[in-house]
Order: sequence, then structure tokens, then C-alpha cells
Amino acid sequence: MASTTWLLRPLVHRNVAQIARQRWFTCIKTLTRFISSDSTENIFKDKPRYPGAMNCSFTEKLEFVDPMDPQGIIPVYRVMDRQGKIIIDSHDPKLPEGTIVDMYKKMTLLNTMDRILYESQRQGRISFYMTNYGEEATHFGSAAALEMEDLIMGQYREAGVLMWRGFTLADFMNQCYANQHDAGKGRQMPVHYGSKELNFVTISSTLATQMPQASGAAYALKRQGKGNCVMCYFGDGAASEGDAHSAFNFAATLDAPVIFFCRNNGYAISTPTREQYRGDGIACRGRSYGMLAIRVDGNDIFAVYNVTKKAREIAVNENRPVLVEAMTYRIGHHSTSDDSSVYRSLKEVNYWDKEDHPISRLRYYMEDKGWWDQDQEQQWKKEARLQVMQAFADAEKALKPPVKELFLDVYKEFTPHLQEQYKECVDHVAKYPHEYPTELHAKD
Amino acid sequence: MAATTCRLRTLLQSTILLKKSTNSFLKNTSKAISSPGLYRCRSTFTFVPEKAPPSEGETKKMNFFQALTDAMDIALDTDPTTVIFGEDVAFGGVFRCTVGLREKYGKDRVFNTPLSEQGIVGFGIGVAAAGSTAIAEIQFADYIFPAFDQLVNEAAKFRYRSGNLFDCGGLTVRAPCGAVGHGAHYHSQSVESFFAHVPGVKVVIPRSPIQAKGLLLASVRDPNPVVFFEPKILYRQAVEDVPVKDYSLPLSEAEVLEKGSDLTLVGWGTQIHVLREVSKLAKEQLGVSCELIDLRTILPWDKDTVCQSVEKTGRLLIAHEACHTGGFGGEIASTVQDRCFLSLEAPIQRVCGWDTPFPHILEPFYLPDKWRCFEAVKKVISF
Repeated sequence: MASTTWLLRPLVHRNVAQIARQRWFTCIKTLTRFISSDSTENIFKDKPRYPGAMNCSFTEKLEFVDPMDPQGIIPVYRVMDRQGKIIIDSHDPKLPEGTIVDMYKKMTLLNTMDRILYESQRQGRISFYMTNYGEEATHFGSAAALEMEDLIMGQYREAGVLMWRGFTLADFMNQCYANQHDAGKGRQMPVHYGSKELNFVTISSTLATQMPQASGAAYALKRQGKGNCVMCYFGDGAASEGDAHSAFNFAATLDAPVIFFCRNNGYAISTPTREQYRGDGIACRGRSYGMLAIRVDGNDIFAVYNVTKKAREIAVNENRPVLVEAMTYRIGHHSTSDDSSVYRSLKEVNYWDKEDHPISRLRYYMEDKGWWDQDQEQQWKKEARLQVMQAFADAEKALKPPVKELFLDVYKEFTPHLQEQYKECVDHVAKYPHEYPTELHAKD
Repeated sequence: MAATTCRLRTLLQSTILLKKSTNSFLKNTSKAISSPGLYRCRSTFTFVPEKAPPSEGETKKMNFFQALTDAMDIALDTDPTTVIFGEDVAFGGVFRCTVGLREKYGKDRVFNTPLSEQGIVGFGIGVAAAGSTAIAEIQFADYIFPAFDQLVNEAAKFRYRSGNLFDCGGLTVRAPCGAVGHGAHYHSQSVESFFAHVPGVKVVIPRSPIQAKGLLLASVRDPNPVVFFEPKILYRQAVEDVPVKDYSLPLSEAEVLEKGSDLTLVGWGTQIHVLREVSKLAKEQLGVSCELIDLRTILPWDKDTVCQSVEKTGRLLIAHEACHTGGFGGEIASTVQDRCFLSLEAPIQRVCGWDTPFPHILEPFYLPDKWRCFEAVKKVISF
């Protein structure tokens, strides 16, 4: 110990003297410069050098940034008005008749499926359902602007995206009925769809968890060099989760080609947006993460299409994330476990259903072009209903998955401890066959 | 100008004062280092290097963190989709585990992320779901909890809930864990039992450099998400001759390190080295022959190896740093009790951290050190 102190003492003493000398010299140097310089500008009117914000300048005004400054409020991009009239012709994406009729048919098919599955839940035939009423244009408009190889990570109210990519009515029904034909093997609640071939990652209930995953997947796609992006859908409520924050920040700092597509439908279950945030919606957050952002009329399928197409181009070509906020309105209840009349007026709902609906807007456009009329409407309605009812009946009849599916896919391999538990389960059920719904399930 | 000079003088004086106080601080510190005041910094175990079998080929002296770097080097080299990321990994990591990897493999493969654990794990799941291999680092296991949702609700259930359409099996999350002498609440925790309750993830903890390399490579290549805990006190302290070749050690297989006939000792991570000393003490002072088992994988764990051992010895002592209640020792004890009821000759002993937050200055009294374990050996032998 004594030796350590002995070693340290001269070191410290020398340091003090040295530092004092150095400081003194520096001071003299600065002073000489101060006296001899003609102008003090270079020293005192320099740009800030703080590493945390390199592009800012100094100001002598004490001024807070006001979020309500009208200059900063982001406008809603639209292409057609509420009567389906194109406002500026050059913005009409001029999609071919076939594509538009297909879009319209699928939007109404989704609508028909929603009605029937909603009713079937009311009758206790499926356990749960969530409709897509009012948000159809956000699904089909955005899906049509993507490439099939772009990976989609959604929340749960994006069934139209799947339908656009080719998910069949049978696929939807099998999942909702959790029968043995469900690709998800009946393990999740209804509307938690997924499809490997359609590059639509299986939905989970946990809100916003898909968002940082989308950033990661986009980063991996970028490295794989296939020129694809990730489309990540989420609601205005989910955007309040911590995962949304990390997703935006990761995507921006790591240059991930991902489109964050927010469906701002005014409500998160019963919580209106004024209780969700105080800023200018979700789009304004893009700037704070260094992300390009845009707000679009979510009931205008062409506006959504144009915005998504452009966003995709930016994401893929420039390897940077884009934030899209589609303004819309949730016309239906949050889910079958919710009665929205408790927290909002019927009048409000009716306005959006009758006066500003994405489906009727597209129909006006088609009728103007002479691509659709009342007869076709009647005929298609009938046909769509028939198709849905057929798939519905088939899905209802099918057996549920075998009991073994309870134990598989926990890990890739069927681990010994799960094999053991599977055997225990089977042996038990064999002893009490009448206490379990074995007849509903396929044999192992 | 006079005022300026005056200010400068004050500044100078304060600098000298600062230096003076630094001087006295240094004096005090030098005193402290050699005084018993920092007893807590001394580890409560001795690391005994093991020998890799000659069949494993050429070896190189590596400490624990170098063995991990070597494993990651091989992972990056053998699979071009592999990426490594986390807080501060780019310059080599706060524990030096990723030194040199960025220079060797490029900044798109070894990179820093923003400071957000939920983001890191979520990002990693996404990388893995897109078919690439992700090695994510959480700076301390204590800070893994913000990512608990992503690990428990997402990573663990990804394959199951999609009916095997999608998975994130390419994800490995590394996190330094365990006591380090002075880490207090948030640089000491052993959090494995939180994850032991999560079907779908694997939980792995190595005890030495040879183990660390083999188990990390196995974890990275395992088709399931793995949480890989690294006892941080071993990073520099544990040095072994580690095979330089690319090798994996099996997951979900415990390892019998010492054969014995009177008592089974089960532990993992650093605690293995404590138990090794306990085994020696028991032999020398009590003439008790201990069978020492390193569990290595917490989930899914190797029931057969542990139960076979207990059937032979009839007695079991489990020791872990994590606190007693809800610790993984409870799971082992109840399974062994169920399977080996007729072989057990004494109650199963659990020597664990106390049911308190991990303390700072009181760490020596908190840890299940060799003397507490030794006392439990005496108890179980004389039952």
C-alpha cells in the first residue's frame, strides 16, 4: 500500500503543475486572439456544434414549438370527392376497368362475408369476429399497390389485403371455424389469419408487436437484395404502444424498407383519438423519427393506391421507411364483444355509413364510367352471398383438428417432454371419452 | 477584461482544487483496494479449466468472452444471413464480446440499435421471420424485461400460432447474467426461471469458455428461438484451451461433470464452480461422494440425466443464484420428487439466493456460496 501511494504522489504532483501551466497558456492564447481580432463574429456567432442536433442554428428568441401551429398540420391527400369525381385528372391512377371492377367486387364480397360471419357469431356458431366496415378502401387500395413478394405484417382489421392477394372464402371460414383445414391448425381466435404463399404473416392479438418485427423483416429483406419491402398495418390506438416507438426509430436509424400504414379510424375500442394523443394524429410523428410521412383519405381507394405506390417506391429504391396515415372511420363495433352505441352516437356512425363510405365512393366512380349499374349490383350481391354461404356451410361441417395438434409446433421438433404430455392427455381422454368432444375432432 | 481574468483565475483555482481532490480520492482508492472493504469484489469461487478431448483438434487459450466472439465469428462466417445487433455491439460491446466482428464482416452485419430492448427483440424476431439469422444482445439480463412481451407472446408462440407457416427459429438473444460482486439490483439478476415458464423458447446457460462456444453455436443454429444467458463474472476470469474448430454442444442435455454415489449436486452457470468446490469439501471433510451435474439447458431441461443420478444417489441438492421462491430449483425438485419418490432418502435441498432484490453491499450474505451449500450437504447427509 505504501509503495502504491509513493508511486502515485509524484505523478499527481507533476500533473497538477502541468495542468496549471497548460491552462494558463490556453487562457493567454484565447485572450490575445480576443484582443487582436477585428471581428468577434467567428467566435460568438458560430453554429451550434452539439452532436445531438447537427443541423440546427442558434436563436435569441425564446420560443416554444407549438403543435397547434396551422403551418404544421398535415393535410389529407385525396384524388376523388365524396361523389366519386376525380378532382385533378393527372392524379387518377387510371387503373383498367377489370382491376377496378375486381376491387369493387372484392370490397363488397368482404362486406358480405363480414355480415354473415358477424351474424354467425351472434348465433354462437363461431366464438368471435371483427368486421372491416368502412375500412375496405385502405385494404384494397394499399394491397393493389404492392408486389406479391412484399411481406405483410398486420394487426387484425386487414382481411381485405388477404382477399386481394387470393385468400379464398374457404380459407377465411376455416380459420374462423378452427377446423382441420385451417392453415393455423385451429390454434388462434377467429380473424387471426396468415398465409405463407401470400406473404401475409400470421396475425397475433398483441397490439403493435408486429411493428418492430416489420422493421427487422424489412432490414433482412434489404440484405437479401430482392427489392421488396415490408408493409406494416396498425391502428391509431396501437400507435401508442412502446413497440410503435421502437419500430419507427429502428426503421429510421437502420434504413429499413418498411411502410408503416396506420388505419386511423377514430377509435381504439371505446377510446376516441382525443384520449389517445394530443398531437396532429400519427403522421406528424414521422418527422420526429426522420421518416417521410403522409396523410391520406382512407375512404378514397385511389388516394390510398397512389400513396402506397409512391411509398413503396421510396422504401425499396431509397431503403428508408415511410409512414402513411389513412384517415377513416370504424363503422362497425370494435368486435363482437363490443357494443359501440354505448360510447358513440348512431348519428355519427350513420354519417360515415351513408354519406362517406369507401365502397359507395368507388361505385359512383364506376357508374360514372359506365362500368357498373343497378342490375350488375343486384346480381353480384346475390352471387357474393351464395359464395359466402357455400364456404360457410362447408367450414361448419368440417371436423376440428386432431388432439395431437395441441402439442405440435411448440418447438420445431416434438420434444420428449411434450410427447410425454401428449400421451398423458390421450390416455386420460380415453378413460373419460364422454367428458370430451372427441367426436368433433379428426383422429390423430 | 479584468472581469475575464478574474473568472479565469477562479477557473484555474478550481481546476487545481479538482486535481487535489482527485489526488486524495486516488489515495483513498489505493487504500480501499488492498483493504477488506472491497471483499465483495472477490469472487466466491475458483474457476477450474477443463480439457477439451483431443479429438476436438487444435485449441487456443480463450477466456469466456473470447470464446463467445469466436462462436459469433464462425456463425457470421458460415451463414451469410447472420446479423448481430444490440446496444453498443459495434465497437465491440461493453463486455468485449463482439470485438473485431464489425471490421471483419461489415457494418450491415454487426450494428448498434437504438436503446430499446423491446425494439431489439422485436427487430430480431422480424429478421428471423424473414428467413435470416439474428443474434440479438441485451446488455444485461436485468434489462430483458422490456422485451418480455416480445419474447413470451411473440417469439415463443410464433411457430405454434401460425400452424408452422411462420417461425422465428433463427433468433438467439444473448444476455449477460448473474452476480458480479458489486452489480446490485440491476447488474446481477438471474432471470432464467421467468423464461422457464414459457413454452416455445429454449433457455441455455454455459459454465465455461468451451461450453460457451459450443452451446452458443448450437443455439444460433437451433431452429427455435433461444435465450442465451452468459454469467458475466466468467467473461474474463474463466480461461480455457478452447477448440478452434466449428463445433456445437447439444441443447437439452445435462452433463455429469463428476461421478459420485452419495449425493447429486445440480446447478448451472457460475454456480457449477461453487458446487465443484462443495463437492471437494464434502469429499475431504465428510467423506461424501458427490455427483455433479451441469444442467446447461433450463428449458426444455434434461429430466432423465438428473433423475437417473438421483435414483442412484438417493439425495439431491440444487443450487442457483436466483431467489428461492419460483426459482427453477422448484421445478427440478418437484419433478424429481414425482419420479424418484422411492429412491429419495432425504428431502431435496434448495440453496438459492434469498427472496429479496439482489443487494449491493450485502452480496456476500445473499449468494448461495460454498459454505451455505456445504451446510446443506451436511444436513442432507445426516438426515
